[in-house]
Amino acid sequence: MIRALGAIIGQTALLSWRGGGGAFIGLIFFLAVVTVVPFGLGPDLNLLSRIGPAILWIGALLAALLGVDRLFREDREDGSLDLLHLSGLPLELVVLAKGIGHWLATGLPLAVAAPILGLLLGVPPSALGAAVLTLLAGTPALTLIGTIGAALMAAFGRGGLLAAVLVLPFTIPVLIFGVSAASAMIVGPMPFLPPFLILCALSLIALVVAPIAGAAALRASLD
Amino acid sequence: MRLTVSGLAAERGGRPVFSGLSFSAVSGELIAVSGPNGAGKSTLLRVVSGLLHPVSGSVRFDPPDEEPARLVHYVGHADALKPALSVAENLGFWRQVWRGTGLDPEAALDRMGLAHLASLPAGVLSAGQKRRVALARLLLARRPIWLLDEPATALDSAGQAGLGGLLSGHLATGGIALVATHQALPLPASQEVTLGKNS
Repeated sequence: MIRALGAIIGQTALLSWRGGGGAFIGLIFFLAVVTVVPFGLGPDLNLLSRIGPAILWIGALLAALLGVDRLFREDREDGSLDLLHLSGLPLELVVLAKGIGHWLATGLPLAVAAPILGLLLGVPPSALGAAVLTLLAGTPALTLIGTIGAALMAAFGRGGLLAAVLVLPFTIPVLIFGVSAASAMIVGPMPFLPPFLILCALSLIALVVAPIAGAAALRASLD
Repeated sequence: MRLTVSGLAAERGGRPVFSGLSFSAVSGELIAVSGPNGAGKSTLLRVVSGLLHPVSGSVRFDPPDEEPARLVHYVGHADALKPALSVAENLGFWRQVWRGTGLDPEAALDRMGLAHLASLPAGVLSAGQKRRVALARLLLARRPIWLLDEPATALDSAGQAGLGGLLSGHLATGGIALVATHQALPLPASQEVTLGKNS
């Protein structure tokens, strides 16, 4: 069972990198969002470094949701989803494995790229570490929530940004606590830990809810 | 192994496609499902596989498995191949997912005459070659019931012979095959289920 799920995780991550650059697109989009902000706001370094973590988080949020609609749509179109249904694996675990694979290919690189992009915004080094930590803890929740939207949209055989827009409201708490933990290092006086722990809790909740909801959506869409 | 279908009725998009369908098959039997377009051949295969729920009636496997999905192999219209992965990677993936104990991907491809294509991306294959890969996948894990939806589509005569070889091997080892087709099958069918007479 572990090996079978490992294969699904690996294939999902591999396809994300190889198949049409879904993972790259997210990363490039992240870079684009973060680099245009200083041009829009002007060269006020204090302002930039104060809102830097928020920009990083908004960029990461949009980038994480950008490619998520492909997660089940392609499997449905090419018939793989039928075979996964018939694999004898619990569908919940299949959804979870697809989510993990997608996060490894798209969420993890965002967290890794964040410190470099943070420098462009003049975020101080101590806050860069916090931003990376919060992104590592928070992007799994974003990807998993996106997985629910992807499973729902797979039923209609279309996706694009609709899946992302559909789940966007549910990602707002992740954004709020992610930003408040990351900017605690700069603006204070709020401590870092409480919002960070809530962020971890949101990811853990998503880890439980997303597979169940996603599997229910996929079952309902069978025809 | 015994497959019993009794009083089966199914609908697609709220419209009934067939009803009151009953037949049974034992190990070694090949059942041809025929009927005009839209008569419900694909629907029947999907209901038997468990992908669709019947409106009424039942599909029983004997001996049963606690996870009925593990008893059937389904080959639908789509070939379920990832164009960005190589042919061998595509098959290797399913062998792992199925925890397959059948042939390894190279040997399965060899059976369908595709051993030389193993390292090519699946996206560059022709329709017939993709079909052959989808059929080779049947050999990766041993499952007693094969549900094949138009398996001979796009196959050339050598491919059809390969399909015949797969089917006869499967039937000889006690398997059951349910094949929806418009064309003549490479093997004589032991039963024929005709849909769409009364609709």
